[in-house]
Amino acid sequence: MGQSTANEPIRLTLPLSKEDLAPLRIGQEVRLTGPAYTSRDAGHMRMMEALEQTGQLPFGLEGQTIFYAGPTPAAAGRPLGSVGPTTASRMDFATPAVMDAGVAAVMGKGKRSQEVIDACKRNGSVYFACVGGIAALLAKCVTSSELVAWEDLGTEALRRIQLEDFPVFVAVDTQGGDLYRAIEAGQQV
Amino acid sequence: MSKTYEFTPEGVADAVYDAIRHCATHPRADVLAGFEQALQDEDQPRGCTVLEQLLENARIGHEDGVPICQDTGTTWVRLEVGRQLSVPGNILDLVDDAVARAYADGKLRMSVLRDALLDRTNTTNNTPAFSEVALVPGNGVTLHVMLKGGGSDNASRVVMLAPGAGPEGVRKVVLDCVREKAANACPPLIVGVGVGGTFDRVAGMAKHALLRPVGSPAASPEAAAFEAELLEAVNGTGIGPGALGGSCTALAVHVETGPCHIAALPVAVNMGCSAMRYASIQIIPNTAKEA
Repeated sequence: MGQSTANEPIRLTLPLSKEDLAPLRIGQEVRLTGPAYTSRDAGHMRMMEALEQTGQLPFGLEGQTIFYAGPTPAAAGRPLGSVGPTTASRMDFATPAVMDAGVAAVMGKGKRSQEVIDACKRNGSVYFACVGGIAALLAKCVTSSELVAWEDLGTEALRRIQLEDFPVFVAVDTQGGDLYRAIEAGQQV
Repeated sequence: MSKTYEFTPEGVADAVYDAIRHCATHPRADVLAGFEQALQDEDQPRGCTVLEQLLENARIGHEDGVPICQDTGTTWVRLEVGRQLSVPGNILDLVDDAVARAYADGKLRMSVLRDALLDRTNTTNNTPAFSEVALVPGNGVTLHVMLKGGGSDNASRVVMLAPGAGPEGVRKVVLDCVREKAANACPPLIVGVGVGGTFDRVAGMAKHALLRPVGSPAASPEAAAFEAELLEAVNGTGIGPGALGGSCTALAVHVETGPCHIAALPVAVNMGCSAMRYASIQIIPNTAKEA
């Protein structure tokens, strides 16, 4: 039987600064504590509309971290019953513009486009991978949730959630490193 | 789930309701056993971490009664009825009502839109279910209920190969699909593969292949050997648990094969995620000799 990740995870407080993000490297395990915003497909379409109309991100998202997630309703005394990452590549159409407009980091699962990797490098931003299929566990790392906007989108509404020691891995770093492609290529990371 | 159900619209609806409530919060025993075995065999640290998290997640889902995945899926229902029985025409009429109640009562996620193209607003009760009745040999009735996540279904595909592509072509379709899409489908995967039928049927075969318990071999030795070879190749990719690197990319590859046109070699891959959620309920046991 193998050993799970031996190194102590890096602990970071949200919102993340460029200085927090710059030293991160692909494959590192990180625990995030602080506010993040949930948004996915429909929310990103609205975010892009706002960005095109006003030239800036709505609802003070600049400098914040976006978590690609659509949670289940509150349950078991927790603000969200379950929450986990959705496929990040579906947000590739918006992510370069969203990062250029100031979003510090994004969280989801799966490979990103070269345009997103370039945007991470250009802006000093990071894409964190979360493990899919552990949403009951991840919900225990969320201490509060409040609706910010777009309630009509249901689970896809924009929510501000407070994370506490939320487990993620660095998937695309500020140097343009890409964990998924490195694994594909058989590199040790 | 040892309760008995009647072969009536009410009985089927009750079974669908119970299956949804159970599946959303409880991983299958065969899948959990697969995680345990994979943890024994895994030598990559991140892979071990992910497998430990999957086992811990299962415990939390069970103890707290919360969904093991936030994507509580679309509801796929397949009612298999023995040909010796007659099927009431309204047998599925109460399924959508059961789905709406189960998703509300279970505090599950509403993930169904009214129309893919023309009206992408949420139906707010997770209906309609995607339901079908199939006539099968014998005199039994089996109900399959699956909660299918969007990420793993999106990672699936149908390819109409030329017959000359042969088994090697089928193998390439499966491996290409895994290499390109496994990271989106939440590994360790159960890979359902259909080979044969028609353009529309082959996808159903791949989905049906997911219903076989993990670790059980295919009926024919040739298919079982093909599955073993595919599983070894899939796990040789190094994609691993959570697609973060490791030796367990899939717990199983299940292949269903069947007749097809002389010009055809249809192949479908339906990805099943680590939170593979389905229940198969015998509403009437099959006692027919020829079945």
